Amino acid sequence: MRVTFLQSLRHRALWPQVAVLAVVLVAAMAGAAGMGYIEVGYHEIVRIVLSAVTGGEAFAGQPIETATRAVVLEVRLPRIITAVAVGGSLAVAGAVFQGILLNPLADPYTLGVSSGAAFGACAALLLNVSMLGVFSVPLFAFAGAVITLLVVMYLASSAGGFSSNNLILSGIIVAAILSAGISFFKYAADERVSVLIFWLMGSLSARTWTDAMFASSVLLGGSAVCFFFARDLNLMSLGTRTATSLGVDVRRLSPLLLVCASLMAAICVSITGIIGFVGLLIPHLVRSISGPDNSRLIPLSMLTGGILLLAADTLTRAVLPEELPIGVLTALIGGPFFCYIFRKRQMQAMVHDA
Amino acid sequence: MMLEVNGVSYTYGDRKAGIWVLENIFASFKPGHFYGIIGPNGCGKSTLLDLLCGHKSPDRGSVSFEGRLLSAYGKKVLARNIALVPQSLSLNFPYTAREVVTMGRYPHLGRFAAPTAEDINCVASVFDQCNAQSLAPRYMTELSGGEKQRVVFARALAQDTPVLLLDEPCANLDVRYALLLLDIAAEKVREEKRTVVAVMHDINLAARYCDQLIFMKAGRIQAAGATGKVLDEDILKSIFGVKAKLVVEPAIGAPQVVFLR
Repeated sequence: MRVTFLQSLRHRALWPQVAVLAVVLVAAMAGAAGMGYIEVGYHEIVRIVLSAVTGGEAFAGQPIETATRAVVLEVRLPRIITAVAVGGSLAVAGAVFQGILLNPLADPYTLGVSSGAAFGACAALLLNVSMLGVFSVPLFAFAGAVITLLVVMYLASSAGGFSSNNLILSGIIVAAILSAGISFFKYAADERVSVLIFWLMGSLSARTWTDAMFASSVLLGGSAVCFFFARDLNLMSLGTRTATSLGVDVRRLSPLLLVCASLMAAICVSITGIIGFVGLLIPHLVRSISGPDNSRLIPLSMLTGGILLLAADTLTRAVLPEELPIGVLTALIGGPFFCYIFRKRQMQAMVHDA
Repeated sequence: MMLEVNGVSYTYGDRKAGIWVLENIFASFKPGHFYGIIGPNGCGKSTLLDLLCGHKSPDRGSVSFEGRLLSAYGKKVLARNIALVPQSLSLNFPYTAREVVTMGRYPHLGRFAAPTAEDINCVASVFDQCNAQSLAPRYMTELSGGEKQRVVFARALAQDTPVLLLDEPCANLDVRYALLLLDIAAEKVREEKRTVVAVMHDINLAARYCDQLIFMKAGRIQAAGATGKVLDEDILKSIFGVKAKLVVEPAIGAPQVVFLR
């Protein structure tokens, strides 16, 4: 069997791979910051960012126009950072859901968690819940996400644990019910309907620095927790019984990680609305190249998720003639991909049964 | 290094309903012995193994290892002392067999520590012992049931524990690998004074390899003791309701059972 370069990555050290992806990510962020209605050169981007960080005119040379500076610092960068953080969080959440539920098709979207979060967020907005200040919407989103996950797991559970297909079936049914609920909110909302459409389609436009910072801290905190338990996740993929006998406290760890992944997904939804299939697609892609070991999968998915969602968002923002909602784009790419994986698994099952 | 079960009862349902999967079990497992647990389907054998490795905790009574309750041990410490080979394994992710066997070394490693040369050697020698070198680079998702079972057994050997619990270890194996697997387990018992407890369906293999047998029925122990003493036609009749004839086979120096009906 000929081993291609990509396949050989599985057996190579992790850190060079992380370093390469990190460099690509930074380059992509700088590139994206320059693209759009006003074109800005690489050189200028670096100067604008450095001057903002150092607080002065860092480099000698022509002064930069205030408008250009504002576009980059106040419009593009928050959106870019939000895209990266949300892409990374969804990818890590997807990897963790897949690891715990032993199901390569699980992700915040297929499990209904994203729809639950969107439902919670809509409810908070429509009912004007503001007792918790700026955290009302994220908290309602989180509550919606966790309750949905519990309902889906309850529906799918049987004596032998969760079967893959049951879990996805329950997730999609519950998501359909919740989408209908959101549609009802839309109907009832009258003139505020545009706010709600945003939750259904997902969008990264008009994100602020507050969103960017919130999303980044969730990404870093959540990923750190998941990475800490990466090896335990590997053992859990051997089944509860074996994992316990190898020293994993499954009964405590699996709810902890499920809540952590749901929290990451819910915060993402509360900031950008539903962006589906990122958590399904990215871990799959990374796993097929770098192997299923979670201590590699989690950091690599985080970076790849950030890069790809940023690329997709920049495509809709700066390349396409009309801005397409990002959730629509990811669903258009991710949906067929889901079908492909699903079909491939069925074929494998047929081969094994034969 | 003794594993002791003291008046253990266990139920999957309501304790008050009084439907026990296991009821008032007493047993002790000593180093240097190969224990076989025999009984009909659903008599609580696998549940007993789950209690022995700390995966389940008893509703009544206690399980202790070296005089301390299992629940008093940290999970990782316990994993360095007791290994379990489950009946079946379904893996949805494309780990290679070598990666899975290496997971047996995790309880010996720090959270972020890479496997040392010693761990890598241990994994390699386990593959040699199990005559499974050719499986090492293959994906678990592409192995047959029997091949998977051999990898899972190798994984438990790599865990390198004083106590090894086997849940129907030969269920999916052809006779050659069934004998090889039990030979390895018996050697661990004889040479290294380890404890092996195996749930066995094949009574002839049990009679040949186990020096102690425990017969269970409906959640209770019916008979227990040295194989030569407890294995007879009466106990097989009362446990399984089948007529059998016992012959001592000189070629292997062990009793063998011929089922008459």
